[in-house]
Order: sequence, then C-alpha cells, then structure tokens
Amino acid sequence: MKHSDPKKLLMAKNASQDHFRTPRIASPFQPRIEALMRTEEWYDWAGYKAPLSLWDEELEYFAIRSQAALFDISPMVKYRIEGPDAEAFLNRVTLRDVRKLKPGRVHYTAWCNDEGHVLDDGTLFRLRSDRFRLCSQERHLPWLLDSGIGFDVSIIEETKSIAALALQGPASFAVLRDAGFKNVDALKVFDLAEFEHDGENVTISRTGFTGDLGYELFVDQELALGLWDRLWQAGEQRGLRAIGYAALNRARLEAGLIVANSDFITAEHAIRADRVRMPDEIGLGFMIDMEKPHFNGRRAIQQARVKGGLQHILVGLEVEGNIPAEHAIVYHQGKREVGLVSAAIWSPMAKRNIALASLERPYGDTITGDLWVEIYAMRELRYQKLMKRAKVVPRPFIKLDRRTANPPADF
Amino acid sequence: MKKWDAIVIGAGHNGLVNACYLQRAGLDVLVLEKNDWIGGAATSRSLTPGFLYSNCSYVCSLFRPEIMRDLELPRFGLQVISYEGGAVFTQDGDYLANYRDHHAHRREFARFSPRDAEAYDRYARDVTRQCRFIQPLLMRTAADPTSFRPRDISELMYLGKKFAGLGATEMADTLRFWTMSISDFLDEYFETDVIKANFALSGIIGTALGPMSPGTAYVLLHHYMGEVDGSVGAWGYARGGMGAVTKALAASFAASGGTIRTGVEVDHVLVKNGSAKGVVLVDGEEIPGKMVISNADVKRTFLKLVEEKELPDIFLRRVRNFKMRGSSGKVNIALDSMPEFPALPKDSPVYRGDMHFTDSVERMERGYDDWKAGRWSADPFLDMVIPTTLDPTMAPPGKHFMSCFVQYCPPKVEGKEWTDADRDAFGETVISQIADYSPGFRDRIIHMEVRTPRELEAEVGLTEGNIFQGELTFDQLLFNRPVPGYAQYRSPVGGLYMCGSSTHPGGGVMGAPGRNAAAEILRDLSRGTKHMSPAHDVI
Repeated sequence: MKHSDPKKLLMAKNASQDHFRTPRIASPFQPRIEALMRTEEWYDWAGYKAPLSLWDEELEYFAIRSQAALFDISPMVKYRIEGPDAEAFLNRVTLRDVRKLKPGRVHYTAWCNDEGHVLDDGTLFRLRSDRFRLCSQERHLPWLLDSGIGFDVSIIEETKSIAALALQGPASFAVLRDAGFKNVDALKVFDLAEFEHDGENVTISRTGFTGDLGYELFVDQELALGLWDRLWQAGEQRGLRAIGYAALNRARLEAGLIVANSDFITAEHAIRADRVRMPDEIGLGFMIDMEKPHFNGRRAIQQARVKGGLQHILVGLEVEGNIPAEHAIVYHQGKREVGLVSAAIWSPMAKRNIALASLERPYGDTITGDLWVEIYAMRELRYQKLMKRAKVVPRPFIKLDRRTANPPADF
Repeated sequence: MKKWDAIVIGAGHNGLVNACYLQRAGLDVLVLEKNDWIGGAATSRSLTPGFLYSNCSYVCSLFRPEIMRDLELPRFGLQVISYEGGAVFTQDGDYLANYRDHHAHRREFARFSPRDAEAYDRYARDVTRQCRFIQPLLMRTAADPTSFRPRDISELMYLGKKFAGLGATEMADTLRFWTMSISDFLDEYFETDVIKANFALSGIIGTALGPMSPGTAYVLLHHYMGEVDGSVGAWGYARGGMGAVTKALAASFAASGGTIRTGVEVDHVLVKNGSAKGVVLVDGEEIPGKMVISNADVKRTFLKLVEEKELPDIFLRRVRNFKMRGSSGKVNIALDSMPEFPALPKDSPVYRGDMHFTDSVERMERGYDDWKAGRWSADPFLDMVIPTTLDPTMAPPGKHFMSCFVQYCPPKVEGKEWTDADRDAFGETVISQIADYSPGFRDRIIHMEVRTPRELEAEVGLTEGNIFQGELTFDQLLFNRPVPGYAQYRSPVGGLYMCGSSTHPGGGVMGAPGRNAAAEILRDLSRGTKHMSPAHDVI
C-alpha cells in the first residue's frame, strides 16, 4: 500500500498553525454564500461554516421542489481511492458488489466493522475502472488505511481540494443545459460523466439527497467560484436559489433517506455498547450481497440473520394528524415502549405527517399494527400531549417520476 | 478538658472535606495541622514578595462537583478558571497543540498525521467508555470481596452488573486497560511519536512507572476521570492557586462551626484497649477525642503515629510493603516577564494551557531509566503551566508565576539522602530544558522554589514524596487500597479512620476519599448522610 508522500506531509505540517483562530473553515463557495446570506443562520458541518438557511427555510425548501436549488456539499468527506486493487479493496470493505459498479456509475452503499456494525453510509463514484471517489458523513481515514493493508491501492482524503455542489429540483436539468453542459441529458439516474469547465473537468452525476431530479457537481476547488457563477447565471431564468441544510433536511426526509449519527449511531462513535446497528437494523439490508467475495462484517451479519441477532428495525411511519413527532417515543397498544422517532416533519409534498423511527423487533417487523407515538408539542410554555396512531409505510414517502425520467424534463 | 467528637490529623483537602461533612452532620470536629498554614498538597504560599505559588498540586480537574456543591465551595470563594489548549514542543522547533475545539484539534494533529488526527476519535471513545465504567466507583466505598455482609455483596453485585453491562469487546478492553502499559495502549491507535507522547503523559504523572510499564493505562484514566460528566471547563486554575481549594474548604468548615489549629504536630494517636481516644502532640499536649481520622498517608499514619504493638502483624507488614515510591519533583518559578516560545504563535492559547517538552514515549522511558538507577532524569518530563496568564492574583502586573511538575525524581539519590547541592542541580536540569525552547528564559527568573521528594516529605508529609499517597497500581486500588481488609476507611484500631489519598479511590485533588470516609464514619455512628449528595449519574 502506498502512503502519502512524506515530503508533502512535512510541508503541510509547517504550513498552517492557526487552527485555533479559525475553528470553522470556509468552503470554496463561501464568498458567494456570504453574499446571499440574510438570516445569518450557520451550523458546523464537519468543521466547516455551513448555512442552515440563507433567507427563508420554508421558501428554500420549495425551491427544491418547484424550481432549482443550489446546495454546497463541499464539506462532505471525500476520499480518492485508486490503484490496481481499488475495486477489490472496496469490494472487501463495503456491502454492495463493487464489481457490478461500472465506470461512470454511482451507488449508495455502506460499510461495517468486523462485528457487522455500520460505520457509515455514503456514495461510491466509479470515475474510472481503477479510480473511485467515496463520499461520507463521517471520517474514516485510519479505518480505510488499515483495511487497505495488503491491497495495491492509494487512499487520499480530498475533502478540501474538491469543491462540490448539489443542484436539485425540477429545473436542475434545464439550468445545466442552459449553462452549456452539452449532453447532460444523456445522464440517467446514478450516471456520472466529465464535462468541460474553464478548460478543466467537472464531474457531474445525476445523484442527490432530495428524491427529486437533481445533479451533483465535483470540481477542483480553484474552479469553484467560476462554476457557481456559471450555474447562477443560467439559473436566473429558472428560479435557481441557494439553500441551507434545513431545507435539504426536509427534502431528504420525504425521500426517506437516513443521516448517520442522526437516524442511527455509527459504530466508531457509539459510546454505549447497545447503540450500534447492523445494516439490517437501519434499513440497509438491501445492500448486502452475500454472493460476492468476503467483506467486512459478513460473518456477523450472516450469523445475526440466522440466529435472530437483529434487535432493531428502522421504519418509515405515517402519523395521524399534522404535528411533527420529532423524537417522540413509539408505543405498541399505547403502553409498551417499542422505539423512538429520529426525524419527523409535516411533508409539504405528501401532505402527510411523516417520520423515521427505530423500533425494537418484532415491532415494526412482524408486528406493525397498533403503533402509537406520544408527541410532546410545546405550545406557549405548555406541553400539548398527543397520542397519535402511526402506520408503518414504505419509503420513500414521496415518489417523483421526474427524478428518473429520461430524458429529464425541461421545467 | 474538652473531648472532641472527632479529631482530624492534617488539613489537606481530604482532611478538610472529611471534617466539613462530619461537622455538618452535627459532630464537634477539630482539625490539627503541623504546618503554620493549611492545605497539605493543595496550598498557595507566598515565598517571594508579590508572588503566590501553587506549591504542590497546580491544576484543578478532578475535584468532585458533588462535594463542591455540598460544601458550598463557590459561596466560600472557590473560582476555577478553565483553560483551553496545551502543547508538546518538538525538537525540530515545531509543536503539537491540543485545542478544545474538536475540529481545530483534528486539523492540528493532521499537521503531523492525518491518520492519527482521525484515530483520536476512536481513542477518545474508548477512554470515555472506560471512564464511564470507573467513575461511579469513585464515590462509593469499595466492596470487600471476602466479606459476606449484605452491603458488600450488594456492592459487588452492582459492580458485576455494571461490568456485565459492557459489551464483550469492552469487557476485554477493560481488563486490558487495567493491566496494560500506556505505551502499548497508544500503539493501538496512533503511529506518530509526538502524538503518543502527548497522551502518554497522563499515564505517568505522579507514578514511579515508565510509559512502557504495565498498569500505566489505568493511571491515564485516573487523570481523565474529571471529564466524564462533560462538565464545562473541567481543567482549570483555581483563582489564587490551589490553596484556594483548601481555603474555601476551611471557610466552609469554619462557617459550620469547626475548629482548625495550625502549627501543632501530632506525635501519636492515643490508643487505649485497642481504641483511639485522642492524640498527643509533639509538645506533650493531650487532646481527647471520641475518634481520630488521619489525612496522613497510610505509612505515616501507622508507622509513625500509632505504636506497632497496637497493630496486627499482617496489617503492619502490608503497610510497610505498601508502595509509595516518590517519582516527581516540583519547580515553582517567579518570572519578571512573560517567557516566549518562538515555536508558538504569539496569540496561541497554548500559553494559557499546559506545555511539555518530551516529544516521544522513548524519551519518557529513558527518563524513567534514570529514576530506576536512583537519579533524577537528565532529560526530565515537564508539565509546565503559567497560571498568571489567566489569574492575575498570583503575581504583580506583567510578572508571572510558572509551575513545573517534574518527572522523574527519586526519593533518594543513588540510595543516599538528597543534599541541597543535589536539589539545586535538579532545579538546573529543569531550567536548562525550558531555556532550550525559550531564549532568555534564565534572565526572567526572580525566584525559584525547587522541591524534591525530600522537601515534599518534610513539609507536606507525603512519604517518599509520592503525590498520590501511594502508587495507583492495580494491586493497590479498590478493595486493596491501602491494604486488603482495610479498604473501607477503617483500621485495626477502633475509632481510628483513614481519609487521605492512600485510600480508595486514590490521589489527585478529588476529595472523594475524604467524603467516602465521612460516609463510613457516619454509618458507624448511625448518623444520617442526607447532607451528602449521591454520586452523579452516569447514563
């Protein structure tokens, strides 16, 4: 395995010593975001200063669903994994069969430790036959490097050097086309391709975290502002808006997508032994490919499946009424505590009260009837306690044909 | 002649905590202190005009919040100023800093190793897991596994249940943790020397073990315990030095009607028919008391203050064999101006935190080799702080007080008693190390107090100068601290109790031994303990 060049490391070491002055660093798009920022609502995304909302959380959400929305995903952790053994290595550490992921394709995957507990979920981009990009919520460098021992593969974190944008919403294709990205209409869901920008390359994939028509763009950080401006100009006629995480969070919940360390606790962060989860316990069982060669956690996962070691299940709930059930306790027959809601909103698209919940099996698995959530709604310093019926429903909560339509529609 | 309900020997922090709780339970308590000042190893003295030193202990991190609350220490003047950051200076002119902000910390570590920078998260998680297991034990009397009393059995069951609550991996980790060396433990997480050195220091502070000695991983836990509750500002300087802690305790004690006499040295405990009846001072004065509680270490208490004939032979032998092993010294320095460390940016928070110069575990271990040979380390490990960067009360404006904890420093020099010349040479070793990293350092020195184990024993009364009143090795912890069968603050002599750091859970300015001893005493007296807060929950 190749480690990073020690000479480069030394240079980086002596470069910046002022971390104490800027504990939250800026994304390459920061000048544009700062210029649009009205609410001054920021949050910490993996050490970056990132917008929670820019001007109006609610309207930002509707930009995703009715126009086009630009969301800076540069803080997302990104690894470049390449080498002759890159495929074999990734096949060893992740759940899905990487051999089936063709160059120019992306898949959503997850990875586990040897006990079969989920370390994280993320997206794997196959840029070339021997080059991948792995994007995740948490950081995994020690684990990736240690797992890479014995493989001819190089693993480099490129979070800082690669700027990335999510362009999501019905008009997102039209914005890209108007911005001059030729043949972007050829991209099907989970396709990726290289396009020209300022004489360099920008990687565009038809992916996203909204359940809507949408794309993600990756570019060298030096080209970031030019790319933003190019999109922004093209988007003017299409109602393109910059958005913060609060709006995106609503959209991802409607799409039924989970967030690590929000809807489940990752194995490397769980302090309490019982908080870790297997893929089957958080709705990621579909990824597991038992037919492929050995992968991390396989034995434990198989054993749990056979011996009934799966204790939890993550389900989508439709809750009666219209009051979001965030962090509500889930009951069976109104008295037996069987789980917790990790995320909930009133869905403006589905016009339903939706939630993600972790339940203790067999509830949510074989027993799905007679579930209730206890909502404590604080209203003017008094809890309005509501006991509402909850129904287990399939995810995503909304299904938009435009997400997968080929060619993408011109909104 | 007045007969006191309880006489406490020694006005250290544990003696005062104990006295406060007993006084508040309605007892009439007298504290006797041989020095003209109080505080034991938590004391602030002025040895040169305008300066106040934290003569022994120097940072406040472990003191139990339950005790601070019960004894109303903030009301009686205790202010802890938290500090952020710290650093290890490296030999190539750089430094590795620690910052409180998680991301700043990670980026700083990534300068040395991006891999180790992230490995820190897993390390922190595992240490937290172990602390969560041990922390609730601090404020409980250790169960005696040989006893069949319902109380001991229920305590053992509590322990067993907690242990069973750990996952299989954690259980294995716990056993490893309690027996491993800090060096081996850190090797499981980190690859970079300076990063390992940065964490290893907590495994050796106050102990006569090297970073490669088994058992040092536990010592690290002992130092991290204060952080478990996630209490804000867990590490800090007591405003006015560590004497402020005992000053506040004394004020609390006085407010509840307790009495302290300073400058009175106890010669021995008065024992009649196997029970303590009071104390006799060096000048012959006899002070009767219904019970005596010793804040002194177990050796001083039973080998100097009690006649041997009063003690069972096996107890006596175990006390004699109890490992003290002084391993550290202290250099307190009054500075004419703020020292500069060219490696650091001028506005670095590191100046306000703890600084170190030992950038590899190997160097620490070599320092320990010197100790084994009966010499102080030629290249010692320093834990250096400048409290006056945050606390203006300890030095005149523009001037500074610097505290250097120094390891290793043996109780005897190659088997011989320390001489003044040895002490000065030891001080010089420390100064020259600092001066290597801080040009012009010597010229700033106004006054210096150099304390070897000899001074610590003579003045504070710590046998062999061990700051924990006995090594924190696994054979001397829990129900074996200080001696099997006598780990519940009682002794073979009726009415004679122990409340110092020789008892469970051990050293550090924590207050838990003093409090736990008070709980046992009040139990013996069938008195209530409603004024004692239960240990904080760990959920």
